Amino acid sequence: METAFTPWASLAGGALIGLAAVLLMAIHGRIMGATGILGGLMRFSDLADWTLRAAIVAGMATGPLVYLLATGRMPVIEQPIPLWATIGGGLIVGVGVSYAGGCTSGHGICGNARFSRRSLVATVTFMTTAIATVFVIRHILGA
Amino acid sequence: MRLLSAFAIGLIFGLGITVSGMINPAKVLNFFDLAGTWDPSLAFVMAGALAIAIPGYRMTFRQPAPLLENRFQLPDTRVIDRRLVLGSATFGVGWGIAGFCPGGALPAIGTGQPEVYIFLAALIGGLFLARILQAGIPARKAV
Repeated sequence: METAFTPWASLAGGALIGLAAVLLMAIHGRIMGATGILGGLMRFSDLADWTLRAAIVAGMATGPLVYLLATGRMPVIEQPIPLWATIGGGLIVGVGVSYAGGCTSGHGICGNARFSRRSLVATVTFMTTAIATVFVIRHILGA
Repeated sequence: MRLLSAFAIGLIFGLGITVSGMINPAKVLNFFDLAGTWDPSLAFVMAGALAIAIPGYRMTFRQPAPLLENRFQLPDTRVIDRRLVLGSATFGVGWGIAGFCPGGALPAIGTGQPEVYIFLAALIGGLFLARILQAGIPARKAV
């Protein structure tokens, strides 16, 4: 399935993601990492911390609705894979990001923006295996 | 005030993910498909995010503390170990299968599409699984 190349929208969206990362650090002193935020929601020891994370996730989920109000259409979500692959992929992502201590947002953006060597290693590693995985699935297995 | 600010920051992030195209697994998978239907858009997301986050973090860390908290919460580990590398490699495999990463899937909650919830349920299952596997190893703060 082809998707349109969208350099300007992607650059602008990226800038918003970067802005959110800076604001979360400048105001709340936290890394804008989806893995960390989600992981913290699975612990219930500190109510103030939990509600802060829940508010961030609620804001995130409101993003597509504001987009709908502004443009009149819902963002497109196409997943050109079978259901079992979504489930298997999700499980693998969960285990991986937990050991890695972060994902695309935490390591890829926040970590790299503060020149963390751990995050650079993480980013190069997960990008490489993601590219290799898609190559194997699409061009060797032919799925 | 604290929660309102967290919500607004989450919203900026969610809008960024939506506008950039990171919310769409088909687009993410095409970014990895160098040998096929390659869509380079996501490189622009990363570029846009880092262009804001690098100078923004630099300015932020000149302040003694975040606006609403006592201190910046930053990861204290610097070691590049097998957990980081194998975890990141695993994450990349799952990302290459499913096309969703945690930061892409959280805003996608707002679209109401069932695949998103299925992916997130599997992701949370994976986080729990990792927590069980890691029991006994001293907990490390997530990014």
